[in-house]
Amino acid sequence: MSKHVVVIGGGVAGLEAAGRLSKVGFEVSLLEKEDKTGGHLNNWYKLFPDRRSSSEVNEYLDRISINGQVKLLTNTTIEKFSRNKTNLTILTNNGEELVADAVIVATGFDLFKSSRKEEYGYGIYDNVITSAELEEMFWKNNIALVNGKEPEKIGIVHCVGSRDEKVGNLYCSKLCCVTAVKQAIEIREYLPESKVFCFYMDMRMGGAYYEELYREAQEKWGVSFIRGKVSEAGESFDNKLVIKVEDTLAGRPLKMELDMLVLMAGMEMSEGGKKIAALGGLNTGENKFFAAADHHFGSNVSNVEGVFYAGTCTAPMNITETISHARAAVSEVMEYLKDDRK
Amino acid sequence: MGKFGFTISKGRQIDYDSNDRSIAAYIFEREPSFRLCIECGGCSATCTTGNLTKFSLRELNILIKRGENDQVRESIGKCMLCGKCTLVCPRGVNTRNIVSLAKKAFQLTDGYAI
Repeated sequence: MSKHVVVIGGGVAGLEAAGRLSKVGFEVSLLEKEDKTGGHLNNWYKLFPDRRSSSEVNEYLDRISINGQVKLLTNTTIEKFSRNKTNLTILTNNGEELVADAVIVATGFDLFKSSRKEEYGYGIYDNVITSAELEEMFWKNNIALVNGKEPEKIGIVHCVGSRDEKVGNLYCSKLCCVTAVKQAIEIREYLPESKVFCFYMDMRMGGAYYEELYREAQEKWGVSFIRGKVSEAGESFDNKLVIKVEDTLAGRPLKMELDMLVLMAGMEMSEGGKKIAALGGLNTGENKFFAAADHHFGSNVSNVEGVFYAGTCTAPMNITETISHARAAVSEVMEYLKDDRK
Repeated sequence: MGKFGFTISKGRQIDYDSNDRSIAAYIFEREPSFRLCIECGGCSATCTTGNLTKFSLRELNILIKRGENDQVRESIGKCMLCGKCTLVCPRGVNTRNIVSLAKKAFQLTDGYAI
């Protein structure tokens, strides 16, 4: 009988890992808390840096995983997670008991809840939205204010919930800068008359073709970049948003009226991940993500034998990195189970 | 010989090696969060003084670190110590305390209060 591997989480990492494991002959169960797989990818319209459709990646993931031999359990969460001498036991919310020879945790991330940065007025003022909500507007092909009008001036705030001691997240979420650039371009494309301003602390364009996209945003789309952390958003008498920031390069405080403010929400350890960490006794780091055994050569390895990590449950990653990390997790599982594998 | 009306103007360069950074050293020792500033300008954006007069806490921080003390002496008195800067700082820099410490350090060095 072939060995049984349980993959927890049906996002990019989980689908990739499950598909690959199944391909090399393992019996694979994939647990997903929602009613369908795809995770955050389902909410994103187009992907950086080439702005391809997210559906293409989703189709690829479906093709290699759930359309194959992977046993998919949706609407499934975990109630118990324990290790005994030879295997791991998982009890699901549906009362199903799964016995696994190895487990890959791929519980991903949650987007930072922007209402926690109260000073930006999310949930207080109309037309303060998150990056995810802007993606929804792209999906619907309708970028509009609450009153139905098209916004003319749009501000994008970088680092919302990242690099911010005030919310307990010291780390950089790494993808928000390039997401801001991508979304700025998309807004300009959709609303050619609009003006878009990105407010950043540092532009972190550390990925293949990110810097080029940044350049394109300036050169082709006329996006303005202002270096300063927005300290607060308010509302003027005529219901326009007003933001305050220091234009640090000009060395002077700056205020600006905007129709719409888009908050680049960062990535945090998912609530599901936190629950599994507690149930399974898995170590988490200072950044609250799962702490891998070694930062350089053990990034898929956990502190519990037979349990491995894949993707953004360990740190912010883009899709390319997530897929690579998932494949690496599969390689760890193969090595772990090789001795008495059929 | 008559004067030609020329003077040698002081360079604009920050003379890093000659500058006196003892004020910065005094603050570093007592308020380690002074090291954490990333120049985002959140403090200056929220600062009431900075919105009304030529005063920037972010600039003040960097000038102290570079030892450009004369410029700091000129403007530091404008701070009203309200502490809003400290509330918004994403790095948890205790800006308010930095101003207090800088004033103290200047008093020790100069022999009089700013």
